[in-house]
Amino acid sequence: MVANFGYGTLVVTFLVALYGAGAAIYGGRKNSQPWIESARLAMLLTWPLLTVTALCMIYLLVTGHYELAFVSSVTSNSMPFYLRVTSLWGGQAGSLVFWSWLMSAFASAVTLRKWDRDREFLPWVIVVALVTLAFFLIMILFFENPFDRLWQTPAGVVRTAMFQPAGALLLAQADGRGLNPLLRHPGMIIHPPMLYLGFVSFVIPFAFAIAALVTGRTDDRWIRITRRWTLVAWLFLSLGLILGSRWAYDVLGWGGYWGWDPVEIAAFLPWLTGTAFVHSVMIQEKRGMLKRWNMVLIILTYALVIFGTFLTRSGVLSSVHAFAQSAIGPLFFGFIGLTFIVSLGLLLSRWESLKSDAQMSSLFSREALFLLNNLLFMSIAIVCFWGVIFPLISELFSGQKITVGPPFYQRATAPLFAGLLLLMGVAPLSAWGKSTARTLGRAIWKPFLFSLVVIALALVAGVRNLAALLGFWLCGLVAAITLYEFWRGALARHRKSDESLPLALWRLAGRNRRRYGGYTVHLGVVLMAIGIIGSQMFQTQTQGTIPQGGTLKIDNYTLTYKSLDNWDTPDGRNVARATVSVSKNGQYLGDLHPRRDYYYESQQPMTIPGVRSTWEDDFYVLLVDWQPISSEGATFKIYHNPLINWLWFGGFIFILGIMIAAWPDKDPETVSERVRRQAYSPVKV
Amino acid sequence: MRVHLNSRGRLFLSNKIWLVALLALAAVLSVTIAAVAQDSTQRPVTDDQVNAVARGLYCPVCENIPLDVCPTQACAQWRELIRLKLAQGWTDGQIKQYFVDQYGDRVLATPPARGLNWLVYIIPPVAILAGMYILYRAFQAWRKPVIATPPVASAQGEPTAIDNQYIDRIEEELKKR
Repeated sequence: MVANFGYGTLVVTFLVALYGAGAAIYGGRKNSQPWIESARLAMLLTWPLLTVTALCMIYLLVTGHYELAFVSSVTSNSMPFYLRVTSLWGGQAGSLVFWSWLMSAFASAVTLRKWDRDREFLPWVIVVALVTLAFFLIMILFFENPFDRLWQTPAGVVRTAMFQPAGALLLAQADGRGLNPLLRHPGMIIHPPMLYLGFVSFVIPFAFAIAALVTGRTDDRWIRITRRWTLVAWLFLSLGLILGSRWAYDVLGWGGYWGWDPVEIAAFLPWLTGTAFVHSVMIQEKRGMLKRWNMVLIILTYALVIFGTFLTRSGVLSSVHAFAQSAIGPLFFGFIGLTFIVSLGLLLSRWESLKSDAQMSSLFSREALFLLNNLLFMSIAIVCFWGVIFPLISELFSGQKITVGPPFYQRATAPLFAGLLLLMGVAPLSAWGKSTARTLGRAIWKPFLFSLVVIALALVAGVRNLAALLGFWLCGLVAAITLYEFWRGALARHRKSDESLPLALWRLAGRNRRRYGGYTVHLGVVLMAIGIIGSQMFQTQTQGTIPQGGTLKIDNYTLTYKSLDNWDTPDGRNVARATVSVSKNGQYLGDLHPRRDYYYESQQPMTIPGVRSTWEDDFYVLLVDWQPISSEGATFKIYHNPLINWLWFGGFIFILGIMIAAWPDKDPETVSERVRRQAYSPVKV
Repeated sequence: MRVHLNSRGRLFLSNKIWLVALLALAAVLSVTIAAVAQDSTQRPVTDDQVNAVARGLYCPVCENIPLDVCPTQACAQWRELIRLKLAQGWTDGQIKQYFVDQYGDRVLATPPARGLNWLVYIIPPVAILAGMYILYRAFQAWRKPVIATPPVASAQGEPTAIDNQYIDRIEEELKKR
């Protein structure tokens, strides 16, 4: 009953979305306000409808309706309540419902804004949002229906179908297979939603870009309207990536946080083009340049968002055959191709009206450096995209499967990331339009001297690796320049206004949140870079099998194996939990409990590390194997990850910076409009 | 962030399990045969030595998980095979070649640079160089011919004037927002 109701609301939502898109196109072309208003109401209606669908799904998941194929594949009786709710996004079908629900929420929120000056955009924004939504609803209704039931035919064959096949009986099951153990983690509550929020919110600037192209209003108005949406999208996508890395570090038990897995890269790709977009829109706003390029970037970002959504849960990149067998694979690629071609066609039709208003007068101007930044981001995106799809191409043409693993990405992207760090330092010192090498040199020498101190400190600390020294030097330079920028701004304001220095800094940052939010983001990147350099270049590891009371050494740490407990849990796991003590230079630091959970349902082991975390390093120990009745004892693997906490702290500062930049400023137009309104409004008696 | 699932359900999963089982069987047989054939010159091999080789290998089933950290039974068997080969004095390269001969190039972390595989290494630098060229041409096209030398700031050296310039620049940027 509930499943039928949920499916029914999905069908109605699909029809409403189709109607809304049609009404918006008609209203937009004929400039008919009633039609546009009707389309807007249709857009707004999709959200409550999809909310009902999602609630039906959650109800079925929580109450354990295992006759539904999706429910039985992602939940089981032993799972706690919060995981049953979050298993909505634990598989492809539910993820698509969740994605659609978020998409509808964001698009509805956009249609509720005040449209006064931008009314011509409205119908086309609705068209893009509803066409995207309708596509996802097609996927759900016809290919990945979460309400499909399991049926048993008289011949004993189990079939999946929404409605009863002739002669088949509903397959009632007492329990489900349950969620993949890797996903049974509190991170499941927040990481996928953040990533999806990032994905769907990038649809909004894309919708406005298309609206600008269709209406021919090709000034930077679409960018100004969507500035905050873009930052919000960037915020969520960044947060999703950082949380995902942390989850991997805590759960996956391989001592790292980023494995250059295709699924990781799928989320990273729109982030790369989105980050290039966040920077390059500033050039259009300040200098009226790069109008075409910004369009290209947002079109690419949208295409990569759809690509990423599809890739995250489908697994089709594992093989050409998997791709061919997947019903939704070709459809997704068809949709991406179609929207890409239509968007580029629209862009070409407005090519002439998107000419730059200004000239590039110096190679050292901020816009020139921003362009270089874009080149580097795009280069990393090309490396990543190519690395992800090449195995498919190889298999298609040569019939041989290959692996494109971390060494490829590390080697190809490391110099590009170093270039980005350098630019991040230099660009804030340049001015829009007219910087020269001389002015830039004059601004940079003090921070440069400071950065040399960083190299000296690194040498004293024993760093001899050239790449690491270069990395730390770049971090020092960027940090010095960024802090110097804070200092210069505050000092200038302090001298001009007689405000105290902290107050001057506070007010200056408050007046230009975007600028100082951006600098805070840069500081976050520096901290993250320190963590990445430390953990990537100086990580050490060892593995050994030791008896109880035996020790294992790594760098100046010693691990002593004390005991091992083994028990079954009510939620269907067998837990083997070791107790080890850790000492550093002979001094006892504490006990750790690495464990290995074996899930009976899925016959899958999970390795959960024991970690001792400090600013200096992480001592990360895994229980690889154990022999409870032999004198061999247990096998442990230890990772020593220097500076890794700087990565997480940097991630926090990064997010804080985006929040500062995205925080609403007092809009001068609103103030002046308010003044005007007050001045001309009739006096109420 | 290796958290990802396959949604194609049981059929695919059971295929995978079969493949794992077959691989495990193949590995066990190889280990047994190799153990019979081994000579008396064996030397003890540490886990770290095994992992150093395994780090650069990927089993065909556990996609994108390096062999040294993969928790499956089949991968554990592969590691034991590596241990055995190392004990027999095989080098890193020989062991990798052994697995390539058995299972194809996909067991390597990066494809060997030959044939079609060259494309994986060639395309990104070519694309990046093309991007640089386009950017260079764009710079050339955008640069205005210099008509007059911009006036040198007369207040150079006076801190307050520079401060004013700086704060004015920020204010100007603020107005443009």
